[in-house]
Amino acid sequence: MSDSNPIDALTALEAEALAAIEAAEDGDTLERVRVTYLGRSDGRISAILRGLGQLDPAMRPKVGQRANQVKSVVSTALEERSAALAGPAAAGGLDLSLPSRPRWKGGLHPITQAVDEIWHIFRDLGFSRARGPEADTEWYNFEALNTPLDHPAADEQDTLYLVDSVLLRSHTSPVQMRTMEQYDPPIRIIAPGWVYRRDTYDATHTPAFMQIEGLVVDEGVSFVDFKATLAEFARRYWGPDTQVRFRPSFFPFTEPSAEVDVKRVITRPDGSRHETDWLEIMGAGMVDPNVIANAGYDPERYTGWAFGMGPARIAMMKHGVDDLRTFFENDVRFLEQFS
Amino acid sequence: MNVSLRLLKEMVPGLEGSAEDVAGHLALRGAPVDEIVSPGEALADIVVGKVLSAAQHPNADRLSVCEVDGGDGVVQVVCGAPNVKGGTFYPFAPVGAVLPGDFKIKKAKIRGEVSQGMLCSARELGLGQEHDGILELEGDFTPGDSFVGALGLDDATLDVEITANRGDLLSHAGVARELASDEGGAVRLAEIPGGPEWAREPGDRIEYTVGQSRVASRGVTIEISEPTLCHRFLGIIIRGVKVGPSPAWLQERLRGMGARPINNVVDATNYVMHELGQPMHAYDLDRVGGGSLTVRLAGESESTFSTLDGEERAIMPSMLMVCDADGPVGIGGVMGGLDSEVEDDTTNVLLEAALWEPKQIRRTRRALVMSTDASYRFERGVDPEGMKAAIERCLAVILATAGGEVDGPGLDCCPTPFVSAVVDLRLSRIERVLGIPFDAEAVESLLRPLGFVVEGARAGEAPTGGPDTVLQVRVPGYRSYDVTREVDLIEEVARTHGFDQFPDTLGPARPGTVPDHPLFLLEDELRAGLVAEGLLEAHTPAFAPPGEGDVEVSNPLASTEPFMRAALLPALLRRIEHNLAHGNRDARLFEIGTSFRRAGAGEAPHEATHVATVLTGLRAPSHWSQPDAPIEVWDLKALSEVVTKIVFRGSGQVRPHGGTDGTDAAGRAIPRHFDPELSLEIVDPDGAVVGFAGRIVDGAVDTPVWAGDVWGLEVRLPEIPPARPVVTHLPLPTFPASERDLALTVPDTLAAADVRAHIEQAAGKELESVELFDVYTGEGVSEASRSIAFRLRFRSPTRTLKDKDVDKRVQVVLKRLEEDLGVTRRG
Repeated sequence: MSDSNPIDALTALEAEALAAIEAAEDGDTLERVRVTYLGRSDGRISAILRGLGQLDPAMRPKVGQRANQVKSVVSTALEERSAALAGPAAAGGLDLSLPSRPRWKGGLHPITQAVDEIWHIFRDLGFSRARGPEADTEWYNFEALNTPLDHPAADEQDTLYLVDSVLLRSHTSPVQMRTMEQYDPPIRIIAPGWVYRRDTYDATHTPAFMQIEGLVVDEGVSFVDFKATLAEFARRYWGPDTQVRFRPSFFPFTEPSAEVDVKRVITRPDGSRHETDWLEIMGAGMVDPNVIANAGYDPERYTGWAFGMGPARIAMMKHGVDDLRTFFENDVRFLEQFS
Repeated sequence: MNVSLRLLKEMVPGLEGSAEDVAGHLALRGAPVDEIVSPGEALADIVVGKVLSAAQHPNADRLSVCEVDGGDGVVQVVCGAPNVKGGTFYPFAPVGAVLPGDFKIKKAKIRGEVSQGMLCSARELGLGQEHDGILELEGDFTPGDSFVGALGLDDATLDVEITANRGDLLSHAGVARELASDEGGAVRLAEIPGGPEWAREPGDRIEYTVGQSRVASRGVTIEISEPTLCHRFLGIIIRGVKVGPSPAWLQERLRGMGARPINNVVDATNYVMHELGQPMHAYDLDRVGGGSLTVRLAGESESTFSTLDGEERAIMPSMLMVCDADGPVGIGGVMGGLDSEVEDDTTNVLLEAALWEPKQIRRTRRALVMSTDASYRFERGVDPEGMKAAIERCLAVILATAGGEVDGPGLDCCPTPFVSAVVDLRLSRIERVLGIPFDAEAVESLLRPLGFVVEGARAGEAPTGGPDTVLQVRVPGYRSYDVTREVDLIEEVARTHGFDQFPDTLGPARPGTVPDHPLFLLEDELRAGLVAEGLLEAHTPAFAPPGEGDVEVSNPLASTEPFMRAALLPALLRRIEHNLAHGNRDARLFEIGTSFRRAGAGEAPHEATHVATVLTGLRAPSHWSQPDAPIEVWDLKALSEVVTKIVFRGSGQVRPHGGTDGTDAAGRAIPRHFDPELSLEIVDPDGAVVGFAGRIVDGAVDTPVWAGDVWGLEVRLPEIPPARPVVTHLPLPTFPASERDLALTVPDTLAAADVRAHIEQAAGKELESVELFDVYTGEGVSEASRSIAFRLRFRSPTRTLKDKDVDKRVQVVLKRLEEDLGVTRRG
């Protein structure tokens, strides 16, 4: 190596600079390397470029070309090293595969979700929501609903009492009478709410549970309207292939009375379709003329229909929950699944 | 109601199909079947085998080697039962047979001896727990007979669910009538082997002595002193009966009905009750004092009575008793007495078939807290027209199974003879209720098979047969309880026509007059708001333990907490305990529900809808970019403000709880689970405190050591939520704003909110906003003070504010702060 050959000197300088760049382990060191070789005032490569004028004119273009080449190589190496020091995967910027900043996920209780889904369908069918007290009188819970207290039907829902004739409503049907007392026909309501029965907790019973009442009263409302509207609801809720069955039954406040069953068509993950068994979803019927009369309406003029269904049962069916008590545990790991 | 399929098929000519078919049929008639029990189903492979000989196994003390004739040749079987003996019949499972539990019989070698089949015990056949030996069959059989057929196990028992209005279905005859009606056919009674000729068509086959309130015959007197509570009492005297076990046919039928055979006389009464629905009673006539039965209310001195189940019952004067000369012998329509029961040595029997007032039976059996097969039927209504048929049917069974002779005419004490009702049925009304027209002929053909008689048709304004026609329909006795009105007949028309036969095409409907309840709308908004805040909705029942409410349930179940909650938070805190106990450190729950407060004596309680939240754990889920931070009071305050804003539609207020002494500004106690030093109160637009939020005191929640603080909030929602205010928009500013930062030294005794309010008051109308952006204590701030920095923004809608104008306003603010509050600018 000879000082007298500037080309050789540049090659040596290049190797030295690249080694220094490679050896730099942090940004500060790298910056000092940059200043040493490319610093504007006294960088060693800069100095060579600045001193070109003092060289033999014959050498000048060759040395200048080589010096610029070295400068470029060293600059590129500096950039690459700088990027490498900033982070292994961050060559193009931040590592966006890192997890995002999470937030707590809120969610409605699965039974509220069932109530809302049912409500939204009835809203589309022209219904509004009504409410009434959870502690009510024997009159509203039984007698006004054509259920004499000395009839066995009054036993079927074992009732919790507070004082004398005040009880915890055993169904949402008292809202029928309270609504009809307050408004004139046409009535077209649903009434979601809590009801209470003297039941012990088990997989299918809880002493408090949600129910949804429905009531339609107007002139010219018939059994055909009753069937049609509830069948329409069932097809909107469970899908257009759902079959609906109305079985005769008995409730003191409706006549004729029916239990409504659905048979759903389920599509399995492999694409095959199969029918479920009949599942009971609600009790319903044409409003008994005694109930219409108790509300102060003329039963000859007005007819109607009503239903009562349990959204918890529907939520159990929908989500595959096999124990009603799970809904009352309120374990966040359970609730989060529905958020 | 347990129904024997075999008996049903005998009663309904032409009824075919499996138990499942019949169940499906009944479901569509309004009587669904809960369960089908057929003990013989799993035993189809079992045959009757005859053991020809049994010899000691050469290599095992406890085993026998038997020659068994299973109908398919004689085979060798090794048997371990101690009771096996030659010449006896046993259930036999040949090679290839499958026993209950999918146990298949194979040819085997047991201790060197070939065994081709198995002799079975009752337990192995699923017929009982008996396992001491194999089941010995009594009687004469042919080897190879079906075991199920030989024992009459080929019956199925249907557990039919009967609704409260259909007392008539609490009998085989009633269920048979429903099934027969599809064919329009009649029901016939099953044969009584050895019974009188008329046994299959009873009713007025014997003579009766009739009386209104008293009747006597052959030394027996029947008297009814409460004609409104006991409508009729029939008696038949049978002498010379021989009490003993019932014959096999009766035992089989009873088992199929789900009843237990006792003795021939008692079995006859039970059989007829299940067959025809009329509860019966048989007295040992020789134990009926004075030979007289009187139906009367219990006397004051008759406070207890022993019923035939051996229980001593407390009797009240309102109860109707059947009494002999010495006192009560039965609780009318509920249960007979221990002392007059038919026993093995009974020879003379008085048979009873009575008709009791349903309401009286209901009152009595409720007071006694009991229900019997008899009371269950009387409460729901027993056929007043079928009583003679029932008592004579029972007589026929007794004569066939226990012998004896009828002594004299029967006794018929009948204070209130039954008159069947005729109900008007308008064809126009049928169409109005059911939505499709039915003509008179169609209605007649639908009602007749159920026993209704269309006795005539009256024309309305239009000719007979038109929609104005009114039919007169006579109601049979067994439907006299539930069919009393036109609409009851309309239901029968719809039911018999078939609900599935009605179209279900949607017609037009008018919109209703009822608005969507505003509290539901508020609840919707609140739920959405709290879910957006990352909270999960919980549901808890409204029952509470003592101390958490003052409204008491008068008849709670042991498992039910006996009070109604006054607040939602305690139950939610228990849900937090549940979550912490299951390792869920972070739990954020809310609930919207009803709270109860006692009102005046005898009145329904006050109800209010509350919202409550509980939170514990981190304010945000862990993230690699930042350290974990627990929920603190500022998070709770923000949540309280969100709730308040939604509930009061933009008004209402969240402010520090009034003091550290546990009371709010109005001197009211803060709910005990809140830490008074770290609590806020929620104030409605009228200034009333309607809720609290704060840290839950240590000890109020049972938490593991690693758990963080628990925070809670509960607010009472207004009954009628305020209307959402109408927004009048402000034009966007066209002139620039000027900002000034003020760092103030504020004594610790002075609330930041008061300083801020003072600034707002003093700064003039051009003050646009005040933002508190820093709180600092430490170096440079005097003792018992802190530095609070506010950023004041001024703006005029009409001009650009000059610096000196703004400075002047700031000087005014500072002067007022210093003079009024002693707050100075930090030097």
